Amino acid sequence: MTATKTAVPAPPAKAEIRALDFFYGTKQALKSVSMSVPDRKVTALIGPSGCGKTTLLRCFNRMHDLYPGNRYQGSIVLQPHGIDILAKDVDPIEIRMRINMVFQKPNPFPKSIFENVVYGLRVRGISNRSELEGKAEKALRDAALWDEVKDRLHGNAYDLSGGQQQRLCLGRALATDPEMLLFDEPTSALDPIATSRIEELVKELKSRVTILIVTHNMQQAARISDITGFMYMGELIETGPTEKIFTTPDDRRTQDYVTGRFG
Amino acid sequence: MNEALRRRLRRAKAFDKAFGVMGLLLTAAAIVCLGALLWDLAKDGLAIIDLSFLSSFPSRNAGKAGILSAWVGSLLVLFVTACSAVPLGVAAGVYLEEYAPKNKLTTLIEINIANLAGVPSIVYGLLALGVFVYRLGLGPSVQTAGLTLALLILPMVIITTREAIRAIPQSIREAAYAVGATKWQVTRDHVVPYSMGGIITGVIIGLSRAFGETAPLITVGALTFIAFLPPAPVTPAAPFVNFDWLRSPFTVLPIQMFNWVSRPQAAFHLNAAAAGLVLMGLALSMNAVGIAVRYRHRKRIRW
Repeated sequence: MTATKTAVPAPPAKAEIRALDFFYGTKQALKSVSMSVPDRKVTALIGPSGCGKTTLLRCFNRMHDLYPGNRYQGSIVLQPHGIDILAKDVDPIEIRMRINMVFQKPNPFPKSIFENVVYGLRVRGISNRSELEGKAEKALRDAALWDEVKDRLHGNAYDLSGGQQQRLCLGRALATDPEMLLFDEPTSALDPIATSRIEELVKELKSRVTILIVTHNMQQAARISDITGFMYMGELIETGPTEKIFTTPDDRRTQDYVTGRFG
Repeated sequence: MNEALRRRLRRAKAFDKAFGVMGLLLTAAAIVCLGALLWDLAKDGLAIIDLSFLSSFPSRNAGKAGILSAWVGSLLVLFVTACSAVPLGVAAGVYLEEYAPKNKLTTLIEINIANLAGVPSIVYGLLALGVFVYRLGLGPSVQTAGLTLALLILPMVIITTREAIRAIPQSIREAAYAVGATKWQVTRDHVVPYSMGGIITGVIIGLSRAFGETAPLITVGALTFIAFLPPAPVTPAAPFVNFDWLRSPFTVLPIQMFNWVSRPQAAFHLNAAAAGLVLMGLALSMNAVGIAVRYRHRKRIRW
């Protein structure tokens, strides 16, 4: 898998957003968003606060279904098999088994480190001790946390630092081998060192899993993403190779945002 | 800083201090009252409490009278109350917080539960007399008493369960849903375990209230003089358990106390004080268990 940032042929899409509208009650938060999320690449969503990037991200695992009054229109087609994530007859739980998420604030369960990592497996009915242990170790290694916690797997997750907690949450998301990972500003609560560790992990992981990341931090998008989408007031203004968005965007508003003229 | 501002600050600080002192005095007054009450009971009753007081039936002779049937009755009634109110109350609380849609009907139910918590206990007694004793034919028995008190504390259990559940951050639920958990898995693995401290505290406070209730039990026909114990719940022969005690007549500690207080002889008043002391001791130790559980739980769960 190469990570070249060229504009030429469009890589195969993992997911295709088609004319997506989203409503919180009567308030429209997304307006006719269409975009392709390429397979096993890092796609970043940038834009000022309240522009709808987190809303868009949370459509991918149907998180909005947890709250009453939310409504989708349009579709997100997930490959392979071309299932429409947003279709009424698609079970959101099935989608969440394929697409995992790392949240803005680290949110480990108040349980042991081990129980945190294996929770997704337990939910899937796996209870074989050695299988759980093997997968927990692998997930924690993938999340670059194993060496720090291997001697206290049964200690409380809240004894970890914020950065470690966030990597634990990443491990929890990786343990079930997701096809796609959603990151919702995963480093906004972390210090610069913890941030750079998460960014390294994102870059390593993209050979295995499609990554969609929402970030406030434009430098972060520039550092880690292959594709960037700029959102503004519920609309996807422009999307393209990260380099192009940050150097020669087509739209005036994108230009203004990435050069720091607003936002 | 100019003089006027400095004067203002001094006044504000003086007020701070005055409020602190006043708070301390009021708290002290409450504790002194409780202490005086205990001392008053202990002065009369402590000398009477011994093994034979705890293991004797009531008697016409004040010196021989004991509280055996009363404390056994209290414990059995409380057991029935706990067995019925806790599962029902916790399930209702979980349902209302996690499952119920937010609509007019659930709002109406919520308001009603809050109001039920304020209904005088004697009213529950009347309800129980009509429904349990007569309509369902349960008679003036341990099961009737237990169910009556269960009704009484049910709103309390539901309300504390809901508050404990509401204290769980939404981000924890989202974390569980995000890895593919169903609502039931989220409830079983996260919501209930994390709110257990609050739930247990609520249950124990509810039970200690039920423990001291008198009026509704008199209404459903508790006896004031009972010189035998209900059949033992555990038997030496198969099937080893016996539910006959549920249908047995009963009395409880506060009723025994009330009975003794209403006698003319002073010796019985001393017995009442001793029974009061036992009642207080048990209620306070139940509260202590509640506090200990909450403390342990808070230490274990942080976010």
